[in-house]
Amino acid sequence: MLPATFPLFLTLLLPVAGGVVLGLYGHRDKGPELNAAFSAATLAAALWLTAEVVFGTSVLGFGERFFIDPLNAFLVALTALVGFTTSIFSMPYMRIEREHGKMTGPRMRLFHSMYQLFIAMMLVALTTNNLGVLWVAMEAATLTTVLLVSVYRTPASLEAAWKYFILCGVGIAQALFGTMLLYLAADRVIGGGEGALLWTHLAAVKEQLEPNILALAFVFLMLGYGTKVGLVPVHNWLPDAHAEGPTPISAVLSGLLLNVALYAILRCKVLADGAMTNGLPGRMMIGFGILSVVVAAFFLFRQRDVKRMFAYSSIEHMGLMTFAFGLGGPIANFAGLLHMTVHSLTKSAIFFAVGHATQRAGSQVMDEIRGLLQASPTLGWGLTIGSLAILGMPPFGVFASEFLILTSAMRQLPWATPVLLLSLAVAFAAVFGRVQAMVFGDTNLAATTHRPALFPVFLHLGLTLMLGLFVPPFLGQWYRQAAALIGG
Amino acid sequence: MRALLSQSINLYAASLLIVSFAMISQRRILSLVHLYTTQGATLVLATATVAYLTNQPHLFYSAAITLALKVVLIPILLHRVIDRLDVRWDVETLINIPTTMLIGIVLVVFAFNLALPISQLSSSIARSTLGIALACVLLSFMMMIVRSKAIPQVIGFLAMENGLFFAATSATNGMPMIVELGIALDVLVGALILGVFMFQIREQFDSLDISHLEKLREE
Repeated sequence: MLPATFPLFLTLLLPVAGGVVLGLYGHRDKGPELNAAFSAATLAAALWLTAEVVFGTSVLGFGERFFIDPLNAFLVALTALVGFTTSIFSMPYMRIEREHGKMTGPRMRLFHSMYQLFIAMMLVALTTNNLGVLWVAMEAATLTTVLLVSVYRTPASLEAAWKYFILCGVGIAQALFGTMLLYLAADRVIGGGEGALLWTHLAAVKEQLEPNILALAFVFLMLGYGTKVGLVPVHNWLPDAHAEGPTPISAVLSGLLLNVALYAILRCKVLADGAMTNGLPGRMMIGFGILSVVVAAFFLFRQRDVKRMFAYSSIEHMGLMTFAFGLGGPIANFAGLLHMTVHSLTKSAIFFAVGHATQRAGSQVMDEIRGLLQASPTLGWGLTIGSLAILGMPPFGVFASEFLILTSAMRQLPWATPVLLLSLAVAFAAVFGRVQAMVFGDTNLAATTHRPALFPVFLHLGLTLMLGLFVPPFLGQWYRQAAALIGG
Repeated sequence: MRALLSQSINLYAASLLIVSFAMISQRRILSLVHLYTTQGATLVLATATVAYLTNQPHLFYSAAITLALKVVLIPILLHRVIDRLDVRWDVETLINIPTTMLIGIVLVVFAFNLALPISQLSSSIARSTLGIALACVLLSFMMMIVRSKAIPQVIGFLAMENGLFFAATSATNGMPMIVELGIALDVLVGALILGVFMFQIREQFDSLDISHLEKLREE
């Protein structure tokens, strides 16, 4: 019987090894397959790890440096899954980009190597027990993707990457200051050294932490990690980075990185909630959440670039999750976690469909993409169903989680419900109108040289549909445990 | 001797603040790099002093890392970028320099007020300098906002990291070793990526003026 830390070790080691190997061989013909193989192996290790946690309890690994509980185990599984499907999608996608002359051998190598390291850094951020290492991993995840956003070297992509680097750098610097304040507060209770930054130690003494320091720390942490979540008003980098980078990167940024940043806020919120009795963290999250939902919904109308539009939709949904976690309580937390899952699955599916469509249309401007259904029924239906799912149509999972969020809002914070409903309606009108125009009509799409890998789209949408109709008991149990961990 | 050394921490802190102000008022890029190096060196002295006074070996290591990274490696990198790109021109600021200095003073007052309640709760030897550390962070932050060229923005970014590092030393006698190592690695990789970036921007726009990077506006 192997110790439970073995799958954890594999989960973290495989993508790092992948980054190194692909850094050497990523430009070869079989680079994309190698990338997918490493992602598949990571997924297998992550599922093994998840199985250990589902049937046991929390796992501490490597002298308390890493730990797994239901909250991060489910995010690890999700990250590995979307990481794998995105690598499948990117195989034909990046080959076509190379044939179009947008990618070269060295750029392919950079893309594959950084893709693996990006996944690795997110997994480290999720599984680490040390809040300082969490910060380091978040910053490293930004660094690995900066050069990917500017990989096409167009003026717009350079601008997007510069913005991404500087804004996220400044944001994350604030989070570092917050982490430092947290360490200062812990220093007074459990003494210095590495133990004072370990989340499990901090959570054990959270009631004794100095509330004034924690309040200030949480403000900095919220603003800092909030920049990475893409919360309004610190969201400016997000639409640019999503629109200008290669589509597989847009999919993992939207589907995974934003989740990991929100996870960091949640961990800090648990500590701040323990120390403070006035509910300040929750109220801050509610405020940022509502603001993001409203602003993003109205910005959706003004978009002409399809990837930009769905980037704003991500801001809207991250806002909704932040709002749900801000409300707190078992139902809202459950809904927030469910929303995290379904948003990540649906949004990456949409980006896959959109990426393929823009590649064939040769443009990201929505007015120049027409007749997807005529060109390829699978593509057309994929985008239509994906958009309906993300807009919260039943029977998809997004509907279930949004319904739960709105009903808990009605109970706990009645005035917020009409605001949110109105924003969701505005978002629906904006996105659905645009998607309809792209899907129907005579097509202007060119044929492609490689068969697109659209099966991930339907896999993700199938999972979202399943979560909307029926949450399997073990999964439901798992969500409830995770919700309890963040103060349900 | 100990009393003198612990007083010297205040001296280093004051020098850091003066260097931060000098950076705001400095328009020549080469001098900015020199100022950044000076700031790094002061930081090394301050960290080493705290390490000696509190007898914490891990702070010595982090002082050594700072020396290698912020006094030697990154300045060399910046010099090479400047040489290769041949950018020695004066920097134009978006707001004129006397005004930025005045705003800077307001920021310092704000930082001192913000830091006061925290430093009272801290047990660190250098806690009285937390206000200065925070002021340095805010000043560098302002520098990033008011400069329109790429290299000064990067120096502002690196100076902000210096301020944060000093804040960690003054408030908590330094973060745990593993975290410091991670942060140092991130800073190094970040600086390298920014160097690569400079060349990409130059290649695309034939200039390092960030105002070229303003095409992506909301329509």
